[in-house]
Amino acid sequence: MTLTTTLTDLANPTRFLSLTARVLPWLTAATAILLAIGLYQSAMAPDDYQQGATVKIMFIHVPNAWLAMFVWGVMSVAALGTLVWRHPLADVAAKAAAPIGAAFTFLALVTGSLWGRPMWGTYWEWDARLTSVLILFLMYLGLMALWRAVEDPSRAARAAAVLTLVGALNLPIIKFSVDWWNTLHQPASVFRMGGPTLDRAFLIPLLVMAVAFSLLFVTLHLAAMRNEILRRRVRSLQMMQASRKAA
Amino acid sequence: MTALAALIKRDVQIALRVGGGALIGVLFFLTVVVLMPFAIGPDLALLTRLGPAILWLGALLASLLTLDRLFMADHDDGSLDLIAMSRTPLELSCAAKALAHWLAAGVPLIVATPVLGLLLNLDAGSTLAVALTLLVGTPALTFTGIIGAALAVTLHRGGLLLAVLVLPLSIPVLIFGVAASEAAISGPVSFGTPFSILAALSLISFVVGPFAAAASLRQGLD
Repeated sequence: MTLTTTLTDLANPTRFLSLTARVLPWLTAATAILLAIGLYQSAMAPDDYQQGATVKIMFIHVPNAWLAMFVWGVMSVAALGTLVWRHPLADVAAKAAAPIGAAFTFLALVTGSLWGRPMWGTYWEWDARLTSVLILFLMYLGLMALWRAVEDPSRAARAAAVLTLVGALNLPIIKFSVDWWNTLHQPASVFRMGGPTLDRAFLIPLLVMAVAFSLLFVTLHLAAMRNEILRRRVRSLQMMQASRKAA
Repeated sequence: MTALAALIKRDVQIALRVGGGALIGVLFFLTVVVLMPFAIGPDLALLTRLGPAILWLGALLASLLTLDRLFMADHDDGSLDLIAMSRTPLELSCAAKALAHWLAAGVPLIVATPVLGLLLNLDAGSTLAVALTLLVGTPALTFTGIIGAALAVTLHRGGLLLAVLVLPLSIPVLIFGVAASEAAISGPVSFGTPFSILAALSLISFVVGPFAAAASLRQGLD
């Protein structure tokens, strides 16, 4: 009950702006502190007996990869908000999340590729996991292209919402099919990232970094949503001004 | 039921008559396959090995090419509004239109496959296997493609945007289509497994495609 009333309250953009203006500084500070702790712990973590210092790429790579998928989940909930509940801020949330998700996916790909070079001897391999993340990245870019292709934000929002939900249904299928495709072509023994059991010395910094990156996403997302609301206000003011000039 | 049958009949007739453009897809398919040996070189052994993949890519691109006409012409002459307002559920109308599109644009591709297989030095059995996988797999391409076609018509944008949005969604179909063809030709894996997954993908797209297309048409038409 309280959750629904909170969500209804947030439907008013002005109330959303004033609330986030109060929350954002605290969130930013918490993110910065947690990131600092996480980075310090990652730097202090012992070297892996096989991978040496390169294992520390994991502390950046894994949270990015995790958020790459999490952000699509956030966009899917926002898409439901647009199509089912017609929440006025849902499409703002969906639009603001897409570039951030694309950035996390891109960073996951880049850090993974930098990690792959010393470990596997190659920057890119058509491995199942790499390929499915690359497809996720392409879908983020397609979604951003859709947002940019249409001038009217509410029209673009509904189209993007349908596409986000179809993508959410399709991503597991793509993941599964790519796994299957890979095992047909090459043995899976080469690609065992880090080993299945993670020592506590690695696990704790990784969890701290994961929480820090999630906070970073929330902070960036709220800031981007504020920007989007303000951008829409500027747009409607400009249109009002233009129509007044014409009249 | 009669309304849906009439819709299918009308769409197939329009597509096959002058100005319809369904057969351009086959011509495009032929051209893509003919281009391949120029890019790869006339090495018959290599072409045999790549044959199923080339045929599948050609069919994928050809079916994508004809997709943005699916709703666009009906939107331009106003009949899409009539279809949306009729008593028949829009989901069923979308499914009927997709079926008609597959009959007019997908089936000719499958019929053309044996001829193209000849150009790629595939033997009769392999060609039959590729044609069979195309028969089961191309409905999935059409029924996921109508989502893109519906988005394209509500946004008044087609072409490249449609391709960028639809192609990533068709990756599983491509993977299992080529896997099933290759399993039938040479592979150690049995033909049944990828083939039944391909059929499953088609069945899933029968359900998801029309609903998503109808949803985006309802939201977008005003």
